[in-house]
Amino acid sequence: MNKLNFLQPDKNNLNTYLYTGVILVALSIFIVFLNSFFNKDIISFLPGSISFFLPLILGFIGLHLIRIDYSGLKFLDKVNKNINTNNFNAFLSLLIVFVIIKSLPPLLSWFILDANIAGDSKDVCTGSGACWTYIKIWFNRFMYGMYPNAEQWRINLSFIALAFLGTIGFFATEKFKKYLTLYYVVVYPVIAFFFIFFFISGGPIFFDFSYGIIAAVISIIIGFFIPSKFKMYYFIIVPITLYILLKYVFFYEELIELGKLEALEWVETGAWGGLSLTFIVSFFCLIFCFPIGLFLSLGRRSDFPIIKYFSIGMIEFWRGVPLITVLFMSSVMFPMFLPEDMFIDKLVRVIIAISLFEAAYVAEVIRGGLQALPRGQYDAAKSLGMGYWKMHILVILPQALKLVIPGIANTFLALVKDTPLIFVVGLLEIVGMLNLAKTNPEWLGFAMEGYVFASVLFFIICYAMSKYSYNLEQKYKTER
Amino acid sequence: MSDKIIQITEMNKWFGDFQVLKNINLEVEKNKKIVVCGPSGSGKSTLIRCINRLEEHQQGSIIVDGNELTEDTKDIEKIRAEVGMVFQQFNLFPHLSILDNCTLAPIWVKKMPKKEAENLALQHLEKVQIADQANKYPGQLSGGQQQRCAIARALCMEPKIMLFDEPTSALDPEMIKEVLDAMVNLAKAGMTMIVVTHEMGFAKEVADEVIFMDEGMIVERAETKEFFANPKSDRTKLFLSQIL
Repeated sequence: MNKLNFLQPDKNNLNTYLYTGVILVALSIFIVFLNSFFNKDIISFLPGSISFFLPLILGFIGLHLIRIDYSGLKFLDKVNKNINTNNFNAFLSLLIVFVIIKSLPPLLSWFILDANIAGDSKDVCTGSGACWTYIKIWFNRFMYGMYPNAEQWRINLSFIALAFLGTIGFFATEKFKKYLTLYYVVVYPVIAFFFIFFFISGGPIFFDFSYGIIAAVISIIIGFFIPSKFKMYYFIIVPITLYILLKYVFFYEELIELGKLEALEWVETGAWGGLSLTFIVSFFCLIFCFPIGLFLSLGRRSDFPIIKYFSIGMIEFWRGVPLITVLFMSSVMFPMFLPEDMFIDKLVRVIIAISLFEAAYVAEVIRGGLQALPRGQYDAAKSLGMGYWKMHILVILPQALKLVIPGIANTFLALVKDTPLIFVVGLLEIVGMLNLAKTNPEWLGFAMEGYVFASVLFFIICYAMSKYSYNLEQKYKTER
Repeated sequence: MSDKIIQITEMNKWFGDFQVLKNINLEVEKNKKIVVCGPSGSGKSTLIRCINRLEEHQQGSIIVDGNELTEDTKDIEKIRAEVGMVFQQFNLFPHLSILDNCTLAPIWVKKMPKKEAENLALQHLEKVQIADQANKYPGQLSGGQQQRCAIARALCMEPKIMLFDEPTSALDPEMIKEVLDAMVNLAKAGMTMIVVTHEMGFAKEVADEVIFMDEGMIVERAETKEFFANPKSDRTKLFLSQIL
């Protein structure tokens, strides 16, 4: 047997060091575990400060003993390499493990063991844990806001349909793959808009837009017989003309009657709320802020002074003001500038405001990507005879946008988490509903549960988004 | 119209206060191969970048294939499509495969059907001997292969003139030859070429004329043999003695 030197463990006495070390580490963790879970302090016979530090010291010595390079044991090598490379790291690792063990029991007891979910009134919540009954009772409000219960199937149906339509990309065959971008950028948002307009809102607006639908259907049918040369003009001019004709010349009275009959009950946007409103606001803001930001970023680099300074002005203005004031202005100031008979819905104003606000951030993120591209890419594209738009769409933007996926994801996450601010104009999405619920005299004192619930929901949404952005990054990664 | 495909008269260009090109007069006839050489900073690259207006000149006129290059940018894209350019840093589009690099401009600028463009691209890639790499991405190729792809990409637009801006300067010595070979083949096929290079061997082999530039001026212009055998100006002699 070789000489043992506990200050410098080596491979020759591997087993001795290993067993001693593991026993010490296990002992230290055991002490903390007992203390934390069963409230038993088995080393209480020692003086106060020593008993407090003893687990740490034991574990520290133990980790020191098992720190043997190239021991040949796979697991041991892995542990050494990852959490036990030197004394400092060993110390930190131990500390983290202890903190986790220490904090588990209170969390567990609050979340699960002492929590209540049964029953349907405040009275069941007597324990020291969370009162999930509160969430259960208010769940409907947290999801749908003040939307009438009988009409909530409309939200459900819309969301399910939209979720289904959103996954179409996964099922598309080769032939339709090239239309996917067009679908997601143009068609899908329009469909989403119609769903929300017709279904979730309903009412007289539903009717007004039926002219649009009729106009669109008629013009598409006629469109098949138009030579492709004129198609573009045709599709711009004819639907609008038809819409106006339908609305003001033909069928006016008849269609009003028809619309009244078939319209769903109108639910004004003030009654929308909860998580569904979070989704609606986030969805449209995301869709609008990206193209606006894209154009602003291109505009800022434009050679035309008017476009350039307009873009700079927009970006700097929206970046320079707090979102909460923008929202406030959109609801209080903006209507003053409108003609008296013109009315723009509160929700629409909020969506426009947030979109413009976030677009400024998106613009600067994209500009970062544009600046990261070498000048040679512009030269090469120009030398092949591409004009401004072809150069940007085919060569510059695909590369620049790929570079800024993390930055865009960052902005989008911030956007989703900014949506609760719409409470300043009286729209109550999930956090707004929480604030409302916690002031209900029946249910005072359960703010914590509500915020935890909202945090979990927001975390799920944001984590999904960040995962998705990471996947995108991987998908478009090519070697440079 | 004469067969002078490029006519530059009395052209001056400044970068800020610094005059890069001074009183350039240059005429290039169809199917001629011209090598431009000179010390760095002498304005060679700027000169050929002016020819497809990647740089704007401030005085004088440049006429390419009968079209004068001016502020009016309406047909500048058309002219650029007729003038192929190969860069020192290759400047391939890293997000596209080699084949897509070559078909991008024909499809979107010349409105060529995709199938036709792909056939054309493969044909040109075959000529520079990298057809087997067509589905790889630029980042996966060696420098020499990338530069040859860049040549093929320019050729796919079927240009009337090819400009080379130090095409071999960023390459390992071993890869220079494969790029030069591709250029020699191109020259033999009768392309009008203006080549900025330090490869005097290439100049001797294919060039009809050699232009020597220094400090933004064309110091000497002569037939290739004449240029190397008995250069006239002292500056040229000095340059040649150092480079050969």
